[in-house]
Order: sequence, then C-alpha cells, then structure tokens
Amino acid sequence: MLLFALYRDLAGDGEVLVDVPPGTTARAAVRALREKGGGFARLPEEPVIALNQEYSDLEADLHDGDELALLPPVAGG
Amino acid sequence: MVDSFLTTAPLDPGSILDRLGTPADGALLLFAGTVRDTNEGRRVEGMRYDAYGAMAERVLREIADSAAGRWPVTDLVVAHRTGELRIGEISVVVGVAAPHRNEAFEAGRFVMEEIKSRLPIWKQEHYAEGSAWLDGRIPPVPEATHE
Repeated sequence: MLLFALYRDLAGDGEVLVDVPPGTTARAAVRALREKGGGFARLPEEPVIALNQEYSDLEADLHDGDELALLPPVAGG
Repeated sequence: MVDSFLTTAPLDPGSILDRLGTPADGALLLFAGTVRDTNEGRRVEGMRYDAYGAMAERVLREIADSAAGRWPVTDLVVAHRTGELRIGEISVVVGVAAPHRNEAFEAGRFVMEEIKSRLPIWKQEHYAEGSAWLDGRIPPVPEATHE
C-alpha cells in the first residue's frame, strides 16, 4: 500500500506491504494496516483511496498485485 | 494539440506560450500559479509539492482531455511542478489557444478548478518554526457498486 503526504508522515513510511487474502475489500485492507499499530493506527478509518491509480470506493475487492494508495484530501495548484 | 506533464524542474511559461496557437486563433491564454509568501496570516518561507506521480500524470491528462473535449480549443497545455519550491516560483501553468477568448478563459478556468478538486498532489508549507501539510479537498470518489 502507498501512503502520501500527511499519511506518509503519520505512518513513518510511504510504502508498506499488507498481506490479505484475495477478495478482501479495500476497507478491510485499510483496517489491517491500521491494526499494525504505531503510526499506522493514526491513519483514518475511511481514507480516500486509489486502486490501481484510480479513485475507488472502499468496498472494492482487491486482487493479486493491485496497487492500493491512501490519499489525504488533495491540494494541487 | 493537448499536452500535460509533471516536472521537478522550474516551469517556463514563455516556452509554453510559444507552443500555443495557429493563425486561426485569436486568443492565447496563459495562467501561472505561484507560491505566496503568506497564508492565513502566517509567513511562508517555501512550499513542498508531493505527488502520487503516476496517478497525477494520468489525472492531469484526463483533465486536459476533458477540457479540450468540452470547449473548441486548438491547443491546451497544463504543467504542474513538484518538489521544493521557493516563494514566487511557479507551481502550475495552464496555456490555451482558441479562436475566441471566451472558450480560452472557460477551458483554462475549468482545468484549474479540476486540478484543485482532484489532482493527487499535496502541499506542505515551510515556516521559520516548522512545516505543515495544508488542508485539502476530498476528491469525487465513485459510489460503491459492490454488495
């Protein structure tokens, strides 16, 4: 899973591997990440996510090799 | 011509302007966003732009294509800087060429509003006494279609 900006700072890392069974939802993967504790527990329960570089809802199913990213509210420009 | 890119190098609006327009275009529009020295009363010393690079390139292209599909513009170029910027440096450039000014203004405005609403980029302001990530906007996320 990829973490950016504030979330990367909270977690102390921008890239982390979380083992979940195939078919797990993104929501469950975020829960598993937060359960690692430490800085990960400070991440929100329902962050905006991107699945394979597209915004996605948290109920999406994950498949082998998917790229899941947790995105803070955006502030480009 | 539609082009979009992210870069860590300083943006040169002149070189983007040079790429715009044909003899049929009566309007060349160029917008540059810069890093301000104050924000909400606080003195800012610099700004870091962090991006989800691969996704930001994809979303920026979608925004540019969407604007070019919606208004009859001849050329549209949008570029966003990432990394550490000093005060006054240019963070974003939008250039539009169109036969008439209205579509150039509207397409350019649309591109900037879309960038603000959904480009996966984040700003960290630097102050004399530390740094802070700026509050952002929740991008539009698709509704759940799964049961």
